[in-house]
Amino acid sequence: MEFQLSDYNLLLAVPLIPLMGYVVQIFFGKFLPRKGDWLMTLGMFVVMCITIYMFAKAVTAHGGFFHESLAEGGPTFGWLYQSADKEASLNLVAGILYEPLGAALLMVVGVVSFFVHLFSMGYMHGDRRYHIFFANISLFTFAMLGLVLSDNILFLFIFWELMGLMSYLLIGHFSHDPGSHRITHAAAACKKAFLTTRVGDTCLLFGMAIFYYHFETFRFTELWAMAQEAVAANGGEYPAWMTVGGLFLFGGTVGKSAQFPLHIWLPDAMEGPTPVAAMIPAATLGAAGVFLLGRIFPLLSPEVLGVVIAVGAFTALFAATIGCTVNDIKGVLAYSTISQLGFMVAAIGTGGLGLIAGLYHMVTHAFFKACLFLSAGSVIHGCHHEQDMRKMGGLRKKMPITFAAMLICTLAISGMPLFSGFYSKDRILASAFESTFQMFRGANAFAIVGLACAAALTTFYMFRLIFMTFFGEPRDQHIHDHAHESPLPMTVSLLVLAAFGLFGGHVWITGGGWNPHHTWFTHMVSVETLYPGIDLNAMNMIQVSEHNAHLGHSFGLYTSIGVLSLGLFMAVQMYLRGKIDPARVTARLGEVYIAARDKYYIDEVVNATVIKGTMVLAKTQRWVDENIVDGFVLSVGRVSKGAGFLAAWFDKRIVDGLVNLVGALTQSFGSVLRLFQTGRIQQYASFAVAGGLLAAAFLILV
Amino acid sequence: MPLEAYLAVSAALFTLGIVCIVSRRNILYVLMGIEMILNASSINFAAFNRFNGDGLAGRMFVVFVIILAAAEAAVALAIVLNVFHLFKSIKPSEVDLLRE
Repeated sequence: MEFQLSDYNLLLAVPLIPLMGYVVQIFFGKFLPRKGDWLMTLGMFVVMCITIYMFAKAVTAHGGFFHESLAEGGPTFGWLYQSADKEASLNLVAGILYEPLGAALLMVVGVVSFFVHLFSMGYMHGDRRYHIFFANISLFTFAMLGLVLSDNILFLFIFWELMGLMSYLLIGHFSHDPGSHRITHAAAACKKAFLTTRVGDTCLLFGMAIFYYHFETFRFTELWAMAQEAVAANGGEYPAWMTVGGLFLFGGTVGKSAQFPLHIWLPDAMEGPTPVAAMIPAATLGAAGVFLLGRIFPLLSPEVLGVVIAVGAFTALFAATIGCTVNDIKGVLAYSTISQLGFMVAAIGTGGLGLIAGLYHMVTHAFFKACLFLSAGSVIHGCHHEQDMRKMGGLRKKMPITFAAMLICTLAISGMPLFSGFYSKDRILASAFESTFQMFRGANAFAIVGLACAAALTTFYMFRLIFMTFFGEPRDQHIHDHAHESPLPMTVSLLVLAAFGLFGGHVWITGGGWNPHHTWFTHMVSVETLYPGIDLNAMNMIQVSEHNAHLGHSFGLYTSIGVLSLGLFMAVQMYLRGKIDPARVTARLGEVYIAARDKYYIDEVVNATVIKGTMVLAKTQRWVDENIVDGFVLSVGRVSKGAGFLAAWFDKRIVDGLVNLVGALTQSFGSVLRLFQTGRIQQYASFAVAGGLLAAAFLILV
Repeated sequence: MPLEAYLAVSAALFTLGIVCIVSRRNILYVLMGIEMILNASSINFAAFNRFNGDGLAGRMFVVFVIILAAAEAAVALAIVLNVFHLFKSIKPSEVDLLRE
């Protein structure tokens, strides 16, 4: 199918609609009827329709489509011309890159954003900064859509930073509400999110600078091609600087996708309104980091990929253990998100199948995690802003729609066959197995163990959440009595997103059975369609033999079903049937449990090292400033003052004295001369005569 | 009589005139002193014309000096009248406006 100019214009409209919406909303939102929420939501509906239309076009293109506006003559935007010649390499032209991965993610972002907008109409009802909230979330959506469509890493970075700013504003939404009892928490959380991701962003900037220094381009397609050349020129090995640059680029992902050790901002981000929690970590901000990895994959050397795997797998396991101990319903989802992002990152690190599986998981996860967050929001809304799961229970009957949506998405995230999460998670595990079978590496082997354990724990804590919230006897009768189902915009959003959670991985109703090897995503996205013309096998990808691929797939399938059963069994025994008392388990675990409950003291460690260190540094600098710099300045002042006194004395005594002396001399000379000037004509005459006589005497005698 | 006798009379007359101008306490005596100096010079002109010169130049100067003295006396007496009018005195020691 031909890709036409009108298609590019449609794609250009995708980010611009929310941007225009933002401008209108921020200035006039207050005066519009219903504070303008319908306008934003309508705009997002249009965006969703465009993204789905374009996505349908991309799917029917049967893979192999790859469109870059510059190559196809689509709309481009000239920016930062450094020389008059518009084709010079230093000139930056921003364009649109629309390829299978971008198409999929754009559709996901469009759909999730629309439903988050719709959900917010119900959830944020009565908020005092209602219109600002819609403006901010719209601009956030703009940034994410722009990021997905950017064809160069610099524009990706700009949108990336814009998202950082918007997440700051959205997480801190309640910090402007004097009525909120968590006002200081919100303020601290948004600051933490902003500063923590800033560490990663700085790394990303360094990485970009390193690659620009060597390749002199920001465009993804050119970067890939030049990386291929550089590797080929280096005898198939990545040059050392690419490893360093790749590590820096990965730093950006660590910050945005909340990987260890920069994950600390994400749980705190739950201080924001719940729709924001669905939007930021689940569908967009967290996904942006994974998306970046997908875009820069050819630039990463095998060493960097080893680090990527290790960090991802460790984060997945580490966050999953914390997730089992949290009692806050949003907190569980927050750690679950970190864990799932770890899955994606680790999967991309394994390369090949894993690269696709990680991006696939990003897509399916966006749907079901957004739905889970919104369901949690619905529960919180129904329970009048109670977030503690220990006070819930038995809500199944009170909120049937929320329960159904949440159950579907829990099954999806646990990796239950036929649900979307199964298809992606199965492939992630399969990729970990096959890469280890093919070429044993510590990181890959760790990924198998870590990801399998994390998958089991995921099932366990998600069903723990379901059982504690919806099953059993109500633990707090008061809350239970007042609980109610949420209004229509919210439940509609939940049901649609749950449907995506069910069918987002594979539309098995329409045919193809449940076979995980032929899903729409793998049909669309493959290594060849992601990076056309780039031979990754000669670069950083492990070539897996058919035997090992087959073995890996079998192992992945058995493992994913096995860990699912194990986690589900444990959750049922502990929280549904009460055969195992959780208190006894925690008592047996002892210190391990306490450490996990206290988030492994990461926050405390960060406080004690980074923050304290910064404070000590600041205090030292203040001391230096106050005592040494100020002292120096003051002593310079004193010396100047002394010199001034000396100069004043010299001026007064010597210079003025000389001038006065001249005056006094003149005066005394004058006063002597005045004696002769009597005005008496006779005296003058006698002087004249005397003078004449003297002159005569002189003439005569001499 | 030799030239020196005339010159001696003239010098004596000049000296008397000077002394008269410088020392007298009445402005009219000062005028008289001036007349005496003029006459001393007239004697000199006449004497030098008698002994050294040929022609009338010296004697002509004497006539000029006498006319000049008459004019000078008229102007001086007018000044004296004004001085008296201004200072109510004709003592030269009290007329000291030149000091200003």
